[in-house]
Amino acid sequence: MSETVIKCESVYKIFGENAKKMLEESNGNVDAKTFQEKGCIVGVNNASFEVAKGEMLVVMGLSGSGKSTLLRCISRLTDATGGKIFIEGQDLLELNNKELIELRRSKMGMVFQSFALLPHKTVVENIAFPLQIKGTKTEDSINRAMEMVKLVGLDGRENYFPRELSGGQQQRVGIARSLAVEPDIWFLDEPFSALDPLIRKEMQDEFLRLQEKLQKTIMFITHDFDEALKLADRIAIMKDGIIEQLDTPANIVLNPATEYVRKFTEEVPREKVLVIEDVMDTTSNDNLGDLKVLKDEIIENVAEKILTQEKIVAVVDSENNIVGSIKPSKIIDTVFGGRKNGS
Amino acid sequence: MEYLKKYPKLFQWLFLLVVFFALCFAIDVPETYKFIRGQAEFVKDPNQSVYFFLGKEVRYYAFDVFWRLPPLLGWLPIWINDSLFFLMNEWMPMEFWNEDTQEFKTRPILLQISRNLTAFMTFLIELIREILLGGLETIVAFTSWDFIDAYPWLELPGLPWTIVAAGAAILSYKLSGKGLALFAGLTMIYISIFGQWKPSMQTLSFILVAAPLSFIFGLGLGIAAYKSKRVEKALYPILLVMQTMPQYAVLVPALVLFGVGDHAAVIITMVVAVPPMILLTILGLRAIPSEVIEAGRMSGCTNWQLMLKVLIPTARRDILIGVNQVIMVCFSMAVISAFIGAKGLGFNLLLALNQLNIGLALEAGLCISLIAILLDKMSLAWANKQTDYFGNLTFFQRNKNVIFFAASFVIGIILAYVGTFIFKGSFNYLFEIPHNKGISTADFWNKGVDWIFDTFFVYIKAFNTWLIQDVLQPMRALYLRMPAVATLVLAVGAGYLIGGIRSALVVAALTLFIALSPWWDRALVTLYMATFGVVISCLIGFTVGTLCFQNKKSAAFMLGVCDIFQTFPSFVYLIPVMMLFGITDTSVLIAVIVYATIPATRYTIEGLRSVPVGLHEAATMSGVNKLQRLTKIEFPLAFPHMMLGINQTIVFALFMVIIGAFIGTEDLGQYILKALSDKNGAGIGLTLGICVAFIGLIFDNLIRTWVEKRKKHLGIA
Repeated sequence: MSETVIKCESVYKIFGENAKKMLEESNGNVDAKTFQEKGCIVGVNNASFEVAKGEMLVVMGLSGSGKSTLLRCISRLTDATGGKIFIEGQDLLELNNKELIELRRSKMGMVFQSFALLPHKTVVENIAFPLQIKGTKTEDSINRAMEMVKLVGLDGRENYFPRELSGGQQQRVGIARSLAVEPDIWFLDEPFSALDPLIRKEMQDEFLRLQEKLQKTIMFITHDFDEALKLADRIAIMKDGIIEQLDTPANIVLNPATEYVRKFTEEVPREKVLVIEDVMDTTSNDNLGDLKVLKDEIIENVAEKILTQEKIVAVVDSENNIVGSIKPSKIIDTVFGGRKNGS
Repeated sequence: MEYLKKYPKLFQWLFLLVVFFALCFAIDVPETYKFIRGQAEFVKDPNQSVYFFLGKEVRYYAFDVFWRLPPLLGWLPIWINDSLFFLMNEWMPMEFWNEDTQEFKTRPILLQISRNLTAFMTFLIELIREILLGGLETIVAFTSWDFIDAYPWLELPGLPWTIVAAGAAILSYKLSGKGLALFAGLTMIYISIFGQWKPSMQTLSFILVAAPLSFIFGLGLGIAAYKSKRVEKALYPILLVMQTMPQYAVLVPALVLFGVGDHAAVIITMVVAVPPMILLTILGLRAIPSEVIEAGRMSGCTNWQLMLKVLIPTARRDILIGVNQVIMVCFSMAVISAFIGAKGLGFNLLLALNQLNIGLALEAGLCISLIAILLDKMSLAWANKQTDYFGNLTFFQRNKNVIFFAASFVIGIILAYVGTFIFKGSFNYLFEIPHNKGISTADFWNKGVDWIFDTFFVYIKAFNTWLIQDVLQPMRALYLRMPAVATLVLAVGAGYLIGGIRSALVVAALTLFIALSPWWDRALVTLYMATFGVVISCLIGFTVGTLCFQNKKSAAFMLGVCDIFQTFPSFVYLIPVMMLFGITDTSVLIAVIVYATIPATRYTIEGLRSVPVGLHEAATMSGVNKLQRLTKIEFPLAFPHMMLGINQTIVFALFMVIIGAFIGTEDLGQYILKALSDKNGAGIGLTLGICVAFIGLIFDNLIRTWVEKRKKHLGIA
């Protein structure tokens, strides 16, 4: 495992008066209902996880599940009620205001659901804003902003005002703004939720392209399970402030930890999510056919080839070493079977 | 019974009215009662009753308590006077160094503060005034009179009017473009050749001090209130009262605290102009989406940066409306504060009105309105300006405005110099056209007025007589016939039916204050004039607004007209009505109607506009015709917003009624005007002002509560 960038240790966020006192009295055993009776609302309940450098962690949950609150604790837009958060080993909650501002100016970028562009500034001014706040010279910041304009494909619209852009274009500005200071950590709070489906798909693809190029450490919030599966290295599924399961997309689909998680996975077309490696047989098998498939191949793409075989198909890695095998029947089983009882 | 269950509210209202009228008929008019009689004045009349409170003797005419409540608050003005006197002259004496006499002097602290503030304001005003007009006060302020005697050439010469005109045009061009530049240039030239230069520049210097100061204070306090709940809670009641307090009323205490002159006018203008600025700042800041604030924080803003670069610009729309209001109030006050000795156009306007020289008044009024519109447009353009980063500009292009100004500066000076040769022995028209030595159209207007009078005298008089005898007098009599208790029951009952016990209590407290003050009768007269004005204004406003709304262009046009009319200082409205109707109640009422129609029209159009498009389409698809759509869909939905318009209409009407005292009315305003020339007027003026403010607040409370409930009911809150 490469170096850890974000680390949370039993983070709590509880809204309401006396929240801190009540949390201490509860000894870390927080029950949302009893808290609610006393006028407190539990936003995040005992969240612990790590995000490695260059990894994309997607936090998935329905509205009110506390996912945005968790993100705001980690960006310290709101102060966590309890627990510890480390950013590159620095204790976030110990930082004073000045250090926090310095951290945000150099290391963090954030994209918002409703874009949150400054209405009085043009596209290029919006993107240059974090740089100008830092004190970069106007000329340099504008030049850098123009690069970002090109990166997100908004050339020719740099002098438009946000109100003159479509939703997708506005979010491109938001993305460009969050990247202008070249942050290491990138927070995205439901960035594509306000966009219509076609644009959303386009933006997701674009986002993946950007991430391939930039390799940021990312926390991505969404309420869309498909989006989470498509983008994530790992997914954290939240419900009522509690992280129900945190795992790779494949493991979540194959082994949902709770009933709640299973509900999401039921409707997922597995052949589109899983790769061969997730379902192959790793025990050695001599009775292999001629066909070889790569272990990283998504099932959907090779299913037809495998299903036309009668023999067991060999699975190889990128260096053509055999790492496992897969029976054609296993494909059918994965696609159609075992959904209700969960394999 | 069935109806009773179906419309319970209706029956509650009916019941309230029945009680009200029953009380009106049950309580007889006392025989000794005469319409409007001075109360709580120090006239030794053996028929008066006397009581003592806090050592103050209050004399009043006693009536049956049901008919008129005794003026138990009669001591309040006297007490305010005494307190003010004590604070100014006796409270906390301290030693202060006196620069002129070079010795320590003992002075009460408040007096010292007031003097210092006064000196500072005077300095600011004089500085700007002398740049524009010339003079030596500024130089003296830095040095001494002896110094200026030794070097008389140090006196500031003042700018030739050509340079100021060119400067205004160039600045307008830089801010907005050709249109505004042309307007600015023409305005300045008009002012100059019509001989209004000096008073205009005096007024301008007053505004250029008062408006920015009000803006800064309003913004600052607004931000403080946004940041701290405690500050907001402390400010809110003051803001509320100031919103409906007539501007006349604050003049009187200002006289006591700051004396007479431009400086007092500036301070008092700030007192009036700051509250709306605060309210709009808070409103704007509150409306910012939380994500925008978070975006600012995540960009690494410090608190200052967040405020200056994110919050204030994002709340720009509301803050701009605030600036607009500030400018409007400043110009309004520029005229009104002529009562306490402010120089400039306002003074000339008042003088001309006093002499019934309508032509002169019209010219001064036109000048002040033109300057008001110009500054209003310039401030708007300034806020909307954007920078261009990509223009590869040459040195000339980048600095062309400065170069043009420098050029016009030189040309202006050369012209002024040449002028000394051309106009030898007379006035140098290329430097400054002296007051009343320019072209004057006053005679033309005066002749016009005379002509109108001669030609239409019969009709105007007939209309006037009819209105006063058949409408106004009976209406006034009806209002005065209301026993105090009945009025109280009506007001409190209405409060209870609209907003429950809370509203009832608020309304009761406000009404009681007026009823227990010595001016209940006067308040009723104010109320009658305001009601008459508001009813007619609303009828006109709703009709005009609805008609204009039928077409997008005419709606936009009408809103523009409202904008311009709103910029006129309120006093200006008195000029044309005095032209037509002379010095009568009719004049005041027509001024009230014209002035109060502005908000009625504006809110009607805005309310109708705010009806969602989806509903229009749904209505059209249900096959309604235009009239049905208007009555069944647009009016019900727009009504809450239109009610807010009525609220504004009431405030505007009250202001104008009070200002109408200048023409001569018999209401609260008349007493405020009297208090201005009274040595002990401060307490009376302030208490009267509070009475007027409370009348406004009663309606404000009722209407706002109703609107909120209605909006919730309709789901458009």
